[in-house]
Amino acid sequence: MQRLFLFLYRYRAFFTFLFLEAVCVWMVVTYNRYQGAAFFNSSSTAVATIITVSDNVSNYFSLSQSNLVLAEENAMLRTQISRLGTGGIIPELEIIVPSDTTMQYEYIPARVVNNTVRLFKNHITINRGSYHGIEPGMGVVSSSGVIGKVKTVSGKFAVITSLLHNDVMVSSKVKRTGDLATTRWDGIAPHKAQLHYLPRHTAPLVGDTIITSGYNAIFPEGIIIGMISETSLTENDVFHNIQMELSSDFNKIGFVYIIKNALLEEQIELESEID
Amino acid sequence: MRNQPLFLWISFFGFFLAQVLLFNNVVLTPYGFFFVYIGFFLLLPVEMSVVALLFIGFFTGFFVDMFYNSLGMHASASVGLMFVRNFWIKAITPQGGFEQGTLPTVHYNGLGWFALYALPLLILHLGILFFIQTGGFHLAGYSLLKTIFSAGFTFLVIIIVQYLFIKGRVSI
Repeated sequence: MQRLFLFLYRYRAFFTFLFLEAVCVWMVVTYNRYQGAAFFNSSSTAVATIITVSDNVSNYFSLSQSNLVLAEENAMLRTQISRLGTGGIIPELEIIVPSDTTMQYEYIPARVVNNTVRLFKNHITINRGSYHGIEPGMGVVSSSGVIGKVKTVSGKFAVITSLLHNDVMVSSKVKRTGDLATTRWDGIAPHKAQLHYLPRHTAPLVGDTIITSGYNAIFPEGIIIGMISETSLTENDVFHNIQMELSSDFNKIGFVYIIKNALLEEQIELESEID
Repeated sequence: MRNQPLFLWISFFGFFLAQVLLFNNVVLTPYGFFFVYIGFFLLLPVEMSVVALLFIGFFTGFFVDMFYNSLGMHASASVGLMFVRNFWIKAITPQGGFEQGTLPTVHYNGLGWFALYALPLLILHLGILFFIQTGGFHLAGYSLLKTIFSAGFTFLVIIIVQYLFIKGRVSI
């Protein structure tokens, strides 16, 4: 027994190393799999407060840019007000969301306080959290298209897994033909994603618009994701290889809308009855 | 020697805050990231025990992860770097060894030695980090490019910091 302890003591550095690396691997794996294990991220109050302060300082250096964004936001809000009396449909979203679904979905506006586009797994932090009715799993869009999904929430902040995250898959379809496919980012260029699983009997064209399919209850049907910029199909391929230009410029996201699906629970409940 | 704990705390907060507040937002070319908090690891005293280094690496990496939303990734790279660090120092030690309380800085050992010391460790750390981020070797070329560019840029910043803030041998 004593020799065992001596052995452990002599190689204590190596065993500490193994132990700490094991903890790290466990953290990497759990953080990517489960949403519950995600307390230690940028939605935690201390970190989010520091980021917000930093964001406020850096905002000072981009005042003219912010001015522009705010002016656009203002113009948009004004048209909203003017239309509210007549229809009750948010006009800015009317373009990308069919009007018959707008009663089912509610849109919560939020400001982006932290955003990355250059990593392999990019996240966006916003200044709205559970106090404002945001829950993990909700979809996020901007006026220019799909942005991502809510990953974790604290009281006043939430972290969104950006579409620029190589684990995020969005159920999509080609608008012109209605063919189903899946959008996924390969981790390289922040303005390009790939369209997977589009079968070879279909005929996608460069310039076709890709929209959400509405099959996963996170995004309503018909929100724009991007446009096909390149297609190829060799003899052996089962699916088309498609590059698409994303409609949102993730470098410049200022404001986003979180989608609250009023019928989400009902749909999930119904679908789980089958199993 | 008396002020060494103070030096360590200043070094920690300096590098850490610079990382999460400033260099967080700096990306030079699509490949060049600045991970200057590694400078804190590199400039720790030579005679520190490996176990202490491992824990320092783990917790610093953990805090950086909280800001980058990448729980475990920076921590594992930091622990890897810290484990190798002392062995590497021993392997490239100038003849006669170090005096007590030596810091592995440019001022003590010269630019050539520091480059030999820091660059392989930076490449190791960033290599681990980027390969964990891609989750495998399917983008190996891209990750390698990122590793080499980022190691170069980070190295430059760490050198500049030493010439600006760590003046001579007396202040430590």
